Amino acid sequence: MNYLEFFSMLPEISLLAVFVLIFIFDLVATGHRRRIFHIMTSLLMLAQIAVCLSCCDGEQTLFGGMYHNNSITSFMKAMLTFGSLLVILQSHKWLRNTHSYYKQGEFFILLLSTLVGMYFMMSARHFLLFFIGMELASLPLACLVAFDKYRHHSAEAGIKYILSSMFASAVMLYGISFLYGTTGTLYFDDMVAKIDGSAMQVFAMVMFTAGLGFKISLVPFHLWTADSYQGAPTVVTAYLSVISKGAAVFTMFIILTKVFAPMTKEWQMMLYIMTVASITIANLFAIKQNNLKRFMAFSSISQAGYIMLAVISGTASGMTSMVYYILVYIVANLAVFGIIETLEHHNENVELTRTHCNGLYKTNPKLSLLMTLALFSLAGIPPFAGFFSKFFIFMSAFDAGFWVLVFIALINTVISLYYYLLIVKAMYIKPNEAPIPEIKCDPYSRISLVLCLIGVVLLGVCSFIYTSIDKLV
Amino acid sequence: MIVPAEFYLVLATVLFFIGVFGFFTRRNLISLLISTELMLNAVDINFAVFNAYCHPEHLEGFFFTMFGIGIAAAETAVAIAIIINVFRNAKSIHIKNMIELKH
Repeated sequence: MNYLEFFSMLPEISLLAVFVLIFIFDLVATGHRRRIFHIMTSLLMLAQIAVCLSCCDGEQTLFGGMYHNNSITSFMKAMLTFGSLLVILQSHKWLRNTHSYYKQGEFFILLLSTLVGMYFMMSARHFLLFFIGMELASLPLACLVAFDKYRHHSAEAGIKYILSSMFASAVMLYGISFLYGTTGTLYFDDMVAKIDGSAMQVFAMVMFTAGLGFKISLVPFHLWTADSYQGAPTVVTAYLSVISKGAAVFTMFIILTKVFAPMTKEWQMMLYIMTVASITIANLFAIKQNNLKRFMAFSSISQAGYIMLAVISGTASGMTSMVYYILVYIVANLAVFGIIETLEHHNENVELTRTHCNGLYKTNPKLSLLMTLALFSLAGIPPFAGFFSKFFIFMSAFDAGFWVLVFIALINTVISLYYYLLIVKAMYIKPNEAPIPEIKCDPYSRISLVLCLIGVVLLGVCSFIYTSIDKLV
Repeated sequence: MIVPAEFYLVLATVLFFIGVFGFFTRRNLISLLISTELMLNAVDINFAVFNAYCHPEHLEGFFFTMFGIGIAAAETAVAIAIIINVFRNAKSIHIKNMIELKH
C-alpha cells in the first residue's frame, strides 16, 4: 500500500497536526509564553478552515470505500471548524478565571478531538468508521460538559449527558448489528443493494434512527437536553447546540438517503412524526422557561425539528437547504450564546433568567441590538438570514410533497415568534431599577460577536452563498 | 454438538433488555453504568454470532466486536471519572441528588 494515499484525507491530517502542535505547546510553554496560546489556537483554526475549503473541488476515496470526501463534505467541515473558532474566541474570558486557567490546553485538545470525530463521522462510508467517529465526537464532549470541576451542576449535567449518550449508542449499535446480520456487510454501498425492507431491517432502521435521534435531541429522545445544556459551561453549551448537532444531522441525511434508500417510505413516516413532535412540544415547553440557557435548549430542539424538514425530503435541494440552514443557525445561535456568556461573566456567574435582561437596552445598547437581530434570525423574520434558511427548507419539503408538514411548521414559527419576542420585550420595554451595568467585552469575544453579526445580516442578503452551496452538492 | 445460532441471539436479546430495564429502574449511578454495559455486551454477542453463523467469509463482525469492547471501556472510564466528580461534590451517587438542575 502506498502510504502517500493517507494525504488524500487532508482535512483530517491537518486537523491532527493542529492537535499535536497545541498538545506540544501546552507541554513546553510556561509563564508569559502562555499568553499567546489563545491567539495561536485561533490562527491555527483559521488555517484549518482554509485547508478544508481548498479540498472543496474534488473527491477522495480511501480504504476500499470506507472513507469518502466530496466537495459538500469539505464545505461542511469548513463550516463546523468556523463554528468551533467562534466558540474558542468566546471561551477566552471563561478560561482566564482561576479554576480553569491551567486547563486551557485541555479545553482546546478536547474540543479538537471532538472535531476530528465529527470529520470522520461525516466522511464515513462504513459503519465501523462511522461508529468510531461518533464516539470520538461524543466522549470528549462529556468531559467538556463536566469541565467545571467544582460546580455540582456541571458534574450533574456531565453524568446525564454521558449516560444517555451511552444508552443511545447501545441502541444504535443493536440496530446496526441486525443490519449486519441481514446483509452481511458494513459498507454503505454494498449494503444498499441487499436492503429489501424485511421486518428485521425495519426494526434495525428504527433502532438506528432512535440512537441518532438522541444525538440530535429529537422529541421522544430529548429528555437529557435541557438539563445538560443548563448545567454545562456556557461555551460548551454553545458548542453542543450547534456544532455537534450539525454534524449528526448531516450524517443522518447521508445514511438515510444512501443506506436506507429502498425503505424511504418507512423512514419518512417515522421522521414525520418525530418532526411534528419536536417542533410542537419544544415550542410549548420553551414558553414556560425562565432560565435563559434552558430556554435556548428547548429552542434548539425545535430548530432540530426544522432541520429535519430538509432531511425528510431526501433530495439534492434538501441537502443544499440543510447545509445553508446549519450555517445560518451556527452564526445566530452562537451570537445568542456569546451574549449570554458575556452577561454571565459580568453578573458574578449567576445563571441568567429572563428578568436579568430587563432594561438591558439602557445600559448595553449594542449587545441588546445584536441579541435582537440573532433572535429575529432564529425566529425567521424577513430581512435576516433566518428567514431565507427557513424559506428554503420549507420549499424543499414542499417540493417533496409534505405540504401538511410545512403547514404545521409554519404555525409553529408563529408560536416561536412569541417566546423569542419575550426576551426582546424584556430588553427594550420592561423597566428595571438596577439593570446589568455597562459591559466592556474583551477583544476576543468582540471579534466573535462581530463575525456573528456580519453572518446574521449578510448571509441572507447575499444570494450567491446559497447558489454556491448548491453547486457543491 | 453445535449450539444453534438462535440460542445465542435469544441470550443477546434477553441481555439487552435486562440492560434497558435496569437503565430505567435502577437508582444508583454505578448500576446505570452497569446496565448500559450489559446492552453494549449484548450487541457484541450479536455481531460475533452473525459473523460466525451467517457470514463466515469475512471477519467484519469480529472486528466490530473488538472495537466495540475498546470503545465501551473508554466510555466506562469517562463515566466513572464523572461519577467520582459527582461524589466529591454531592457526597452521594444516588439519583435523587441529581435533580438540582431546573431549579
